Amino acid sequence: MSRFSKSLTRVAMIALAACATGALADGKYAGVGRAAKPAEIHAWDIDVRPDFKGLRPGSGSVDQGQETWEAKCASCHGSFGESNEVHTPLIGGTTKDDVKTGHVLSLVKGDAPQRSAIMKVATVSTLFDYINRAMPLTTPKSLTNDEVYGLVAYLLNLAEIVPGDFVLSDKNIAEAQARMPNRNGMTTNHGMWPGAPASKGGIGNGGKPDVKNTACMSNCKTEVKVGSLLPVYAETAHGNLAEQNRPVGPVRGKDTSGKAPAEVKPAAQSDNAAATKLANDNGCMACHGVANKIVGPGYNEVAARYKGQADAEAKLAAKVRAGGQGAWGAIPMPPQSQLKDEDIRRLVKWIMSGAKAQ
Amino acid sequence: MADQPTQRGRVRPAPEHFLTEADIAEVKDGRRDFLRKAFLTASAAMAAPAIVRAEDGDPNILTLPPWTTSLGQPVAARPYGLPSQYEKGLQRRESPGLTRMSQVSVAFTPLQGLFGIITPSGLHFERHHQGWSDIDPSKHRLMVHGTDDGFVKQPKVYTVDDILRLPPVSRMHFIECGANTGMEWGNVAVPTVQYSHGMLSCSEFTGVPLRLILEDCGIDWKKAKYVLAEGADGSSMTRTIPIELVQSDEVLVAYGQNGEMLRPENGYPLRLVVPGVQGVSWVKWLRRIEVGDKPWATKDEAIHYIDLMPDGQHRQYTSTQECKSVITTPSGGQILLDKGFYNISGLAWSGRGKVKQVDVSTDGGINWRRARIEGPVNSKCLTRFNIDWVWDGKPAILQSRAMDETGYVQPSYGQLRAVRGTKSIYHNNAIQSWKVAESGEVSNVQVL
Repeated sequence: MSRFSKSLTRVAMIALAACATGALADGKYAGVGRAAKPAEIHAWDIDVRPDFKGLRPGSGSVDQGQETWEAKCASCHGSFGESNEVHTPLIGGTTKDDVKTGHVLSLVKGDAPQRSAIMKVATVSTLFDYINRAMPLTTPKSLTNDEVYGLVAYLLNLAEIVPGDFVLSDKNIAEAQARMPNRNGMTTNHGMWPGAPASKGGIGNGGKPDVKNTACMSNCKTEVKVGSLLPVYAETAHGNLAEQNRPVGPVRGKDTSGKAPAEVKPAAQSDNAAATKLANDNGCMACHGVANKIVGPGYNEVAARYKGQADAEAKLAAKVRAGGQGAWGAIPMPPQSQLKDEDIRRLVKWIMSGAKAQ
Repeated sequence: MADQPTQRGRVRPAPEHFLTEADIAEVKDGRRDFLRKAFLTASAAMAAPAIVRAEDGDPNILTLPPWTTSLGQPVAARPYGLPSQYEKGLQRRESPGLTRMSQVSVAFTPLQGLFGIITPSGLHFERHHQGWSDIDPSKHRLMVHGTDDGFVKQPKVYTVDDILRLPPVSRMHFIECGANTGMEWGNVAVPTVQYSHGMLSCSEFTGVPLRLILEDCGIDWKKAKYVLAEGADGSSMTRTIPIELVQSDEVLVAYGQNGEMLRPENGYPLRLVVPGVQGVSWVKWLRRIEVGDKPWATKDEAIHYIDLMPDGQHRQYTSTQECKSVITTPSGGQILLDKGFYNISGLAWSGRGKVKQVDVSTDGGINWRRARIEGPVNSKCLTRFNIDWVWDGKPAILQSRAMDETGYVQPSYGQLRAVRGTKSIYHNNAIQSWKVAESGEVSNVQVL
């Protein structure tokens, strides 16, 4: 037994003795830190590994999942997880054949226009873990354990991995894993894992690079092949480059504003600007455009519908606070309970007055 | 408060030394516009040589400016200092259209205007998965435990007070997002180095080696193979870290950044520092370390941050940032003012150690010259290089190519794509090319 592990044992013994009195023993760093209580570890240790270590017992059906989905997820991801409006699609691009092979064929053929989450993910544990820890985006960790089971079941059903009457639980989640369409689609045979290699029980090839160049110094090639130039639209897509560079030095930024200089006027922080910031900060703009519908209606469309109604502002404020469904389509707007009343009033006034940026 | 004793030892105000009796009388009478009048008189006196003729010389020399002829502002006028108003162009910026929600987005560092190797904390790039918060440090906790009993003898909870009591180290390291230059895998997509390479920053980090904390909890090094790091933000972002990097003492639980506490956007009050590894593993707002024996395949290592290869397989757990470099000036979107001498300057770095040499080409990679490496040269840290260049006014293509201490040489686009195709998004470390036109305009091009 090494000196190190002996001293550890000693620390642990003192720790055990001290735990009884509610204080932690002083090890090398006397008085620093305290013992974690089981309830504290239980509260934070929510991760689920691919072998389902950490998964808490529970269950949820596809139907239950669909109900939760419509209420809490569809506004961003679409009713079928197909939406490309706010985030890239979750579902799509996999086939029943992929479920059999465990390889997503469109990735192999390289003909998929976009990669959905289900095309990429090899481990069903990842879906459970992520939804449980981070979703919904504005109210993470608000789902119950069974709701998460249901949501995963619903997604798996959308991707034709499990049937419509499936009830996902800790008992049968391994069966779902065995049908994941890209379960054989991952490789760790590369040189970019900085820990122990696979040959020693770790990951990868031990850091061996896959691409080799040499430091040739002269006459390294006979011609320069330019493979790609900046597309014209991309030059102006990032604002005026003259304003993104220092006004002194050996170079200047190129003026890509398309305007004569000195037309730029500084904007004062108006009510409109403050409300715009509020809408940006709270993710409103992800679903609502000013003039146009994204997932929910455009602000100008809302203002037009409520124009002239005496209680328009109160009605709208109630909708923002509690959420709503049906007025503009089937996809519900989730409640925005995180907003203060005064901020809701400010947003509603701003919407009714045209939702101007400044 | 009027009867408070007069403060001693103060420097007496000076007016009586240069004001006339009449001026002083005016002040005493309450007619306090004397200073304005005095200033007007002075201005008139200065404006007298307004008939400065260009052939006499530079009016900026011949006519003294107000800052040379007036009293400047007091100390602590801005208790937390700010850059000059003339530097306002150099800011973190989003790339329009890259993401659809600014809480789940990236802001890029303006590399085109930075000197040396340290990124000012206010210009450090941002990448958040679910927005950032300014966490109350008195309410923040770091929990350390094992996947099962036996990985650590005593699971523990540390306050920020606790972490700041432990023996710290300070080290300079670069942090680069795995998706840096990701928009450019298939073709040129962005105009400037800010957007092509700006998910890159470098700071002096101060913190406690994670090894010390794990040993304080009685880790069993034989059983432990990986740790999971988790953030306290809404996403509670998680990544798997190899135990070997922890054992080597490189991984830090950091609280300091360039001499002050971490900025909230960069993880205040605690973040993980994982030198050489892509930024996503440098978990911000660090709240939990779990010690285990298998990787976790979290969302950011099973759906994102996986590299699609031409055969349709995704590489998983790609973490190391391989050797890379870029010329930051002159660079895309800039204009050379004239022919003649220029200093070509740029940054080089490697996740496998120190930068050993950087070569620069001005003819698109036919011939190369060795650049000067500026010190200090640290492991897994940005390294500044410079080289003289006289522009003859003809078209040129500027490139830099770095080599690290392992002998690995940064590849060309042709070499990289031959192995990895064009769809992998992550880990694009190809040689960057900037084309200089006869007009002096510099633009982003890709040389194969």
